[in-house]
Amino acid sequence: MPAKTDLRRFPGFLTVTILCLIVLYAPLIVVAVYSFNASTSITRWGGTSLAWYVDVFTGPEAPKFQQAAINSFVIAITASIIATAIATLASVAMTRTGRFNGKTLSFALISLPLMVPEVVTAVASLVFFTAIGFTTGLMTILIAHIVFCIPFAYLPISARMQSIPDMYEQAAMDLYATPREAFKLVLLPLMTPGILSGFLLAFIISLDDFLITNFVKGAGVETLPTAIFGSVKQGIKPNIMAISTLMLGISVIFVSLSWLIGRAGQNKAKEN
Amino acid sequence: MASTEIAVGIDKVVKRYGPVTALHGVSMDIRENEFFTLLGPSGCGKTTLLRCIAGFEDVTEGVIRLKGGDITGLPPHKRPVNTVFQQYALFPHMTVIENVMFGLLRSGWSKPEAVARADQVLQLVQLGDFAARRPAQLSGGQQQRVALARALAPRPQVLLLDEPLSALDLKLRQAVRMELKALQRETGIAFIFVTHDQEEALTMSDRIAVMSEGRVQQIGTPREIYETPLNRFVADFIGETNLLDVDVRSVDNGMAAISLPGGHCFTCPAAAVVQSGKGHLSVRPERISLCAQGSGDLDATVEGQVYLGTDIHLQVRLADSERMTVRLQNSETTAVPETGAAVGLKLEAGAARLLAD
Amino acid sequence: MAAGAPMGEGSASNIYRGNSLKLMLPAWAMIGVFLLAPVAMMAIYSFLTKEFRGGVIWQFSTAAYDQFFFNRGLFGDEPPTIEWTYIGIFWRSIWQAGVATIACLLIGFPTAWFIATRDAKTRSVWLFLVTVPYWVNLLIRTVSMKFLIRDTGPLNEFLLWSGTISEPLGLINTNFAVQLGLFYSYLPFMVLPIYAAVERYDFALSEAAADLYAGVWTTLRLVILPEVKPGIVAGCILVFVPSLGAFLAPDLLGGAKTFMIGSLIEEQFKGAAGNWPFGAAASTILLTIVMAVLLVYARNQNRGA
Repeated sequence: MPAKTDLRRFPGFLTVTILCLIVLYAPLIVVAVYSFNASTSITRWGGTSLAWYVDVFTGPEAPKFQQAAINSFVIAITASIIATAIATLASVAMTRTGRFNGKTLSFALISLPLMVPEVVTAVASLVFFTAIGFTTGLMTILIAHIVFCIPFAYLPISARMQSIPDMYEQAAMDLYATPREAFKLVLLPLMTPGILSGFLLAFIISLDDFLITNFVKGAGVETLPTAIFGSVKQGIKPNIMAISTLMLGISVIFVSLSWLIGRAGQNKAKEN
Repeated sequence: MASTEIAVGIDKVVKRYGPVTALHGVSMDIRENEFFTLLGPSGCGKTTLLRCIAGFEDVTEGVIRLKGGDITGLPPHKRPVNTVFQQYALFPHMTVIENVMFGLLRSGWSKPEAVARADQVLQLVQLGDFAARRPAQLSGGQQQRVALARALAPRPQVLLLDEPLSALDLKLRQAVRMELKALQRETGIAFIFVTHDQEEALTMSDRIAVMSEGRVQQIGTPREIYETPLNRFVADFIGETNLLDVDVRSVDNGMAAISLPGGHCFTCPAAAVVQSGKGHLSVRPERISLCAQGSGDLDATVEGQVYLGTDIHLQVRLADSERMTVRLQNSETTAVPETGAAVGLKLEAGAARLLAD
Repeated sequence: MAAGAPMGEGSASNIYRGNSLKLMLPAWAMIGVFLLAPVAMMAIYSFLTKEFRGGVIWQFSTAAYDQFFFNRGLFGDEPPTIEWTYIGIFWRSIWQAGVATIACLLIGFPTAWFIATRDAKTRSVWLFLVTVPYWVNLLIRTVSMKFLIRDTGPLNEFLLWSGTISEPLGLINTNFAVQLGLFYSYLPFMVLPIYAAVERYDFALSEAAADLYAGVWTTLRLVILPEVKPGIVAGCILVFVPSLGAFLAPDLLGGAKTFMIGSLIEEQFKGAAGNWPFGAAASTILLTIVMAVLLVYARNQNRGA
């Protein structure tokens, strides 16, 4: 067969793509590799060792990082559950209650946390909590996290809800289900993949946050990112690389999970 | 057979969506134990009317009664009517039997009773062995029967069917028609069936309401609708017909004296609403036969033919330049005139009918 | 759909009609009370008098904005001249964010194009590979970058060892390092919207262009770019806006010379400066710039529709 001009191909695009992936992955891989370095000097390679992982769990800084990790996970789980619930209700309002006054405004409000720069949100939250006399601490971190997690949960949930025709709920109501029962017995089960991916997204976003947390955390309260930041300010130590690699692993597990759930949801949608 | 008691009464129902009016004061009575069809083209308001009966749409004006009781303002889950949806809307996350039991459990049946009833209805639609399957594992025809079973299980007072055959392929559709009709007899309740397919309507219905642009054009038995259409729309929509613009000279006792633009005059039956002046003459193409020129009711010239397998459609032009189609049965003995040949057209009794707009 | 409801209102379902307010209330309350009200409070704070070592005195003052824009000498009694320090920081931030955005576009467009033109199966794998780093903690990614490009880091070690260079590159604490960090932080934001636009692109248009004697690069310039422009613009906004207010990349990869808005603001609240009204004023100005960019974008979107 004679060679045909492929209109989808541009010379060099593959090279750029590979370059792009190298830039994205090189720092992460280098840090992951160096976290297994036996040497105390972070730049000299002294053989493979798990010493720094042992140090993360038993070393002098271990209690600090453990507490920070617990805080991070408690906040991320609580904030993402609450944000997911709020986002699910809002999605129902936006996709299944027809037109209502303030619909456009509601959408703008939900997307607001995405539009306001993080540092501005951080300043605003700190100023607000101080002005109303709210003591900063875990609670203020939690509230701030719920707010900026809402749009991240909302986007996948409302997209999924829009793709489910309302005929299933109509059928349910036709078969004597009240609107509430139709929601609970029909829409919610069909929404599971969308709600899960919204939750996972919110969870990772919460876990990721440094700037806002750093502003609204009370004295002595740390999450993993703020604890790591504080430590890095005094120089990159090998135990930081071990922690980073652990978090990298957790992130990869989560994103793979969310990818698989999303794919399962798509396949299911195709079946119907 | 259908009784004379009224199952669903529709009284001057108006439905507006903002500036758009979907139903312009529609009235009709659907009798007990009747297979009643709402027939019309897309956008005629038939599905809107069905959704008003089911309760999915609020009625702007008018009243809907079920067995004499006003149900106009009731939400869908409080109306003892069930729907078979166009796309079936089987709950994908439930098994077949869970789908069928859904309405039973929501309307207060105990679980064992519901299981027994669901089994019984699944037997009725010959899907007893499929109870544990998911809808996605069934064929289109099987899904359609599950949808029927699910809607019939709670013993609704009226069953609503929204183009339930349109998702099936042609062969299956024809088989299901007769099953559906038999099922209606068996259950003894009124079926209200929405379709745009006139053949479906004619073969299954006890009575048909033909709708167009949010208005009822005619209600009657299939035979009445086909043979004595009230107006031009019904004649044109049901079956094929030749429509000629004519002058009406006089109307007397259901018979009209008319003249074609070319001057040819004759008398024919007229729909009740026709008055003197302009009218439309409807001539069914299968009720015209060919004869020698001068010996029939009209003279024409053959312009061409279309071969359709079972039939041959002959395109002819009348002396006054109006065009008509004549349908000839395709058999070995059929003599098809050449293009350009002069022929006479003989109209069988009842072939021509004068209609209002 | 046969007959029935006209599609004028959009196919939006109204199956739970009448419950809109009840369902929206939690979102309204949460975002209204804990974001909208705080932003308003921040704007108020920017007009208050500063308290030393953080906090404010509830007394109206334009001192914060005055300090931002004007120089009145060491004792505040000289005639005001334009103060370039803070405007300069804003300008540098815009410049840095702009360079990062252009870099993301130059790398992101070919990448998005390449991915979108793979077959469905390999496409989702490529897409997965590009998005994974985004899911990794931004702080960790930035720290990793810092580690990699430090003068004594693996990159320089490797280049020195291989003889490519004889002295460390001196990347860290430069504008380039900050740009690299921003590029690295937000690249997926550029790739994803462009990918979505290319996926919707109708390749029959390319065929038509080729049929009408256009070469590949002419087709790209005259046919493809105009068609996927909405995706490109969205990508640029998604990279530019967070870059503008970024804190981690300039703080960790840049030095004192590469101070950006984020660090300036942070210093007023967390650092030594401790001037809350000034920090609030800088935040308000940043928010105004961002909202202006978004408004122009939204207006163009509407005009295009």
